[in-house]
Amino acid sequence: MPSAFTRALGFAALLSCLATCQVDAGASDPQEFTQIERGRYLSVLSDCGGCHTAPGGKPFAGGRAIETPFGNVISPNVTPDLETGIGAWSDKQFDAAVRRGIGRTGAHLYPAMPYNAYTMMSHDDVLAIRAYLNSLEPVRNTRDTNTLPFPFNIRSVMAVWNALYFRAGDYKPNPAKSAEWNRGKFIVDGPAHCGACHTPKTQLGGDRADQYLEGANLQGWSAPDITNARATGLGNWTTDDIASYLKSGHNRFTAATGPMAEAVELSTSQMTDDDRTAIAIYLKSLPGKEHASGLAPIDAKVMTAGGAIYRDQCSACHGIEGKGVPYLFPSLVDSTMVRAKDPTTVIRMVLRGARSVGTRGEPTAPGMPSYGWQLDDRQVADVLSYVRNSGGSPAATVDPSDVARVRSETTARSD
Amino acid sequence: MARKLPKKDVVIVGFGWTGAIMANELTDEGLDVIAFERGPWRDAPTEFPPGYMQDELRYRVRHELFLRPDQLTFTFRNNMRQTALPIRSWGAFMPPNGVGGGGVHWNGEMWRFLPSDFVLKTHLTERYGAAFLPADMTIQDWGVTYDELEPHYDRFEYLCGTSGTAGNLRGKIQEGGNPFEGPRSRPYPTPAQPQPFSHTLFGKAARELGYKPFPQPSGNLSQAYTNPLGLRLGPCTYCGFCEWFGCSNYSKASPQTTILPYLIRKPNFTLRDKSEVIRINVDRSGQRATGVTYVDSSGEQWEQQADLVILSAYALFNVQLLLHSQIGQPYDPVTNTGVVGRNYTHQTISSVNGFFDSKKFNFNPFIGSGSIGMCVDEFNGDNFDHGPHGFVGGGYVGQVQTGARPIESTLVPPGTPKWGPEWKKAVRDNYLSTVKPGTGVHGSFYSYRDVYLDLDTTYKDRFGRPLMRITMDLKDNEIKQNKFLTDKFAEIIKAMGAEKLAVQYRTAPYDITTYQTTHLNGGAIMGTDPKTSVLNRYLQSWDVPNLFVMGASAFPQNPGYNPTLTVGALAYWSASAIRNQYLRKPGRLVDA
Repeated sequence: MPSAFTRALGFAALLSCLATCQVDAGASDPQEFTQIERGRYLSVLSDCGGCHTAPGGKPFAGGRAIETPFGNVISPNVTPDLETGIGAWSDKQFDAAVRRGIGRTGAHLYPAMPYNAYTMMSHDDVLAIRAYLNSLEPVRNTRDTNTLPFPFNIRSVMAVWNALYFRAGDYKPNPAKSAEWNRGKFIVDGPAHCGACHTPKTQLGGDRADQYLEGANLQGWSAPDITNARATGLGNWTTDDIASYLKSGHNRFTAATGPMAEAVELSTSQMTDDDRTAIAIYLKSLPGKEHASGLAPIDAKVMTAGGAIYRDQCSACHGIEGKGVPYLFPSLVDSTMVRAKDPTTVIRMVLRGARSVGTRGEPTAPGMPSYGWQLDDRQVADVLSYVRNSGGSPAATVDPSDVARVRSETTARSD
Repeated sequence: MARKLPKKDVVIVGFGWTGAIMANELTDEGLDVIAFERGPWRDAPTEFPPGYMQDELRYRVRHELFLRPDQLTFTFRNNMRQTALPIRSWGAFMPPNGVGGGGVHWNGEMWRFLPSDFVLKTHLTERYGAAFLPADMTIQDWGVTYDELEPHYDRFEYLCGTSGTAGNLRGKIQEGGNPFEGPRSRPYPTPAQPQPFSHTLFGKAARELGYKPFPQPSGNLSQAYTNPLGLRLGPCTYCGFCEWFGCSNYSKASPQTTILPYLIRKPNFTLRDKSEVIRINVDRSGQRATGVTYVDSSGEQWEQQADLVILSAYALFNVQLLLHSQIGQPYDPVTNTGVVGRNYTHQTISSVNGFFDSKKFNFNPFIGSGSIGMCVDEFNGDNFDHGPHGFVGGGYVGQVQTGARPIESTLVPPGTPKWGPEWKKAVRDNYLSTVKPGTGVHGSFYSYRDVYLDLDTTYKDRFGRPLMRITMDLKDNEIKQNKFLTDKFAEIIKAMGAEKLAVQYRTAPYDITTYQTTHLNGGAIMGTDPKTSVLNRYLQSWDVPNLFVMGASAFPQNPGYNPTLTVGALAYWSASAIRNQYLRKPGRLVDA
């Protein structure tokens, strides 16, 4: 039994801690359930935990290397630790960081932190996220420095970037559209920052507004077109198909792997059904672009060779006709990823294999084995050219040099 | 000195089918469960992918998935007069190793035992009189009945998505199924697998001979299936690489495909692979298990304490661990006392290969699944009058050919030279037109006083513990049974239209170098009397009530079927007793 004295001492220490924590942590009140819960959900929509958690590390304690075309940015600790986290930040400083990309010292943040999307959230939204982060256990974790080369290591360069690509301001609902559509657009463009991966970037890493959500290449993956385009996007998916995919990582056509698997696990699977439907309604409203066919005719030899490889290596799971098994093996004839203009992901899947996400709703998490050790660049190109031109709408053939590129780009990456 | 780890509610030793079932059941109960597996972690798409899994040399010939005898082996002798020698290369059976255990490399045959199998001694004595049984035969009733197990059979079948045709629905005999099976409460979860040509032809020939053939119940699925845990399985592709191999495309029921993805999401479950349990620890009273001691792959010893110990390794390892832990009295065949090691059995296997006219028959024999087959059950258990035949027991017979892999499928008719151009020509001429049922005669193996397991007096393992010794031979009863069944089987193969038959009977002495299924049973049997059984009817140790022992080591004798479905059903039966009775009032579930 501890003595009455030590207990009293402990109690006093606890009180003083509570008092200081409260002052330093921007004065949010741990009693404010409503605000904290709203912040927790907004942090799910925003997938804060994805970037601000190192592999195997404590949630929100930072330290994860975020790969950008300009070098790695190391995510900071956003737990309320006074020294290494954001415990000592004022609400105003926090809001400036999240919505305007201005750090505590006034220096610019890199847009690996998607403040250009988070700016659509309201001041109250951001304070709610702050209140939620304040409710976490403070974790002491100093981050490594970023590894950006010159000139990107000079943060003031970002002022130029902001002038080019950043438009501050809360989300303004479109009164001509339904509440659901507006909610969907707010989530997609705001907290969920879908464009970070799905909208192609300029040389400087800004969004190419003319190709909004039409698919992009990053981190050794090609993120697919998520507009309603029929050939390359979600045109054949119903809103339920989209909602199911976001909820469980799986639907009757396909499964989430790679970075999307993580987004499903940490963010979309934890959203409300209403929000997933709102996202689906919004995405289905985006016409995207139907790419003119005009493809060069395919060499019959490629189809023969690719077809033979397909029968040997692929048909056991995906079926002779490429239709797969719903919720288990993706249907290749229905897959727009297979037909994407940029074949990076589908090449990577064949070379490296991939594990789909396991969720509460779909715990199986089936995997695709690696064939990179077994098929050479020409064989991978042939089988993919065959798959891209069997059933569904045709797509450009894959060249062995594409395979060589992906092979070299992914050699040193973890899966 | 072993280092102690924080105590858990439950420790599970061995992580195959029964370990996975128990882990899932007991974590559902809210208990904190840790499982130890001697072998490595294994998952379907990563460990046996379709890109290289169809490698007969690696998996079949070189035993890739099995325990290396260097790590642990057994000694063997045919009878008590001989000196046993260590098994240095597996032959008669293949001890599993690694996550999923035998559930990875099994064929997927999913048979229920006959209702009379569970009350065998009583049934045979009543029908034929005690004098009809051989004097040294030690068969027993199980202590559990078919009706009691039925819901648990059903649960395991639905977990796996079993493909089959019901033969007896709630007492009503069904056309196309096995008319001899016990009543089942509902149909199989998925329809029977479509049968290739030779299997269909066997069914036709059997029907014309007056039998009632039916498709073998299969854990290789006929269609996509979602099990009660929400896990998805795909349809079997008849690749012909099933038994001895892992299934990479989610179509063979295994712990990997039916339990693990669900189980590993639970926060109250932990699995340690590459961790070999070397002892179950008991307290000073000898009546309470305190946990286990295991060795990790660095050779470090650890002690894991727990309130409840589930022993769920392969049958032989269960018995061995009981002997090494000095739990239960070791069996002594001379004095006929003790229980641990008693009633050890195998399976009485034989086959008949049929050579057909290659101009008329093309079987495409490489098309197969692990549990494909058309079978007849007229000669199983006590489905026929044994009176005139002078033996007891029986088995199913069937064309259960699971493929025609190149190394093992170079069959030639009797009389062909063993090498040279004539042999090559004969292989070429016969490959497509030969029926090779493998374990086509799947006979029972009953228990005897001098067929048993004990600790070897000479050979020791790497920890200095005595190896376990197998003393086993085939008795006249099994040889007669096999002759009878094999002849009946040959008649059907002949009726299919075979020109030549190669009939192989099972004969004594028992051969430890020839594969005869991995269906080893007994040694830690269940029963109603602690003097003749290690476990009570709930698989609970009579001596140490917080120890439950799963697996075919509990079978008092082996019926003429593959064991896995009954092994799984017994695990569910035991789990149900733990959840509904033991946890409410820990202690003996049956008074001794």
